[in-house]
Amino acid sequence: MQSTLDIALEWAGRQGADRIHKLGMRVGALSGVVPDALEFAFEVLREGTPAAEAALEVEYVPLRIYCPACAREYTIDGYWYTCPDCNGVDTEVRQGRELEIAYVELSVEGESDGANAGALDG
Amino acid sequence: MERMPERWTVEIGEAILGRNAELAAQNRSRFQDAGLRVINIVSSPGSGKTALLERTLIDLYPRIGMGVIVGDLQTDNDAQRLRRSGAPAVQITTGGYCHLEASMVARAMEKLDLSALKVLFIENVGNLVCPSAYDLGEDQRVVLISVTEGEDKPLKYPVIFRNADVVLVTKMDLAEAVGFDRAALEQALCQVAPQARVFYLSSRTGAGMDAWYDYLEHPSF
Repeated sequence: MQSTLDIALEWAGRQGADRIHKLGMRVGALSGVVPDALEFAFEVLREGTPAAEAALEVEYVPLRIYCPACAREYTIDGYWYTCPDCNGVDTEVRQGRELEIAYVELSVEGESDGANAGALDG
Repeated sequence: MERMPERWTVEIGEAILGRNAELAAQNRSRFQDAGLRVINIVSSPGSGKTALLERTLIDLYPRIGMGVIVGDLQTDNDAQRLRRSGAPAVQITTGGYCHLEASMVARAMEKLDLSALKVLFIENVGNLVCPSAYDLGEDQRVVLISVTEGEDKPLKYPVIFRNADVVLVTKMDLAEAVGFDRAALEQALCQVAPQARVFYLSSRTGAGMDAWYDYLEHPSF
């Protein structure tokens, strides 16, 4: 989560913003990351940063596999890799490995008030 | 009148572990240049990673040049234990990190003479969750599960098993005592890790180690 926040702060700086309002992430079923754990870590790490009041929006990306035998794709609820139709195991992961920062919503609050508001409220 | 500051959204689409992926790629090319095969060993704490490596090094080193990079939260006990075989072992003390990252491996490899090695083991921190997300630049990922851990463990931690090239079922000498159900484990592995080769062995008695050694000596096995 620290690296996520670092990337977001870097982008805010690059865009001349001093406040991050939203941070969007895409988290795949196979990423090894638990969305709840991200929220918790984010709440701890964002304190005292321009993202102190930011909302974390996590888009969960389900596993999607392709079965060459059936020549079609399936969205899988969970982590199974067997083809729901033919039970074949020779499937290919098409989606679900994502772990990325999708977007940030930024603003310039300007003045000193704006920049410090997060710290005061927090 | 108070002005509402304007907000704007920036689409980023950047992989969070992108930096790790870059460093892992650098590690991989260094390993390839050195003609080295690198194996990332992952399991829960206590599945027998160190015991496996200890036995493997005693049996194969120095006939095959082997070295180890071993990660733990604290202490260098494991590296000391592994060095008794004569093989070089470098300890990474992660100081609280629950996994190894490519940058740590890059630093540790500076302490090894890569040209003297054919196989480098990276013994990851005992953990079945976090290490699954971090590529270290390895050629193969080996996941250990001991017979005492429960046959449904692959179903509980599917991601790490899905990314395994090999699954080693360890402590087979205890299988009978703990009522290990091999068919149940095989079924679970078939569901989440159909791609993995599976070996059953005991580092203590040496049973089943030959197939593992064969695998180590024949990369394309």
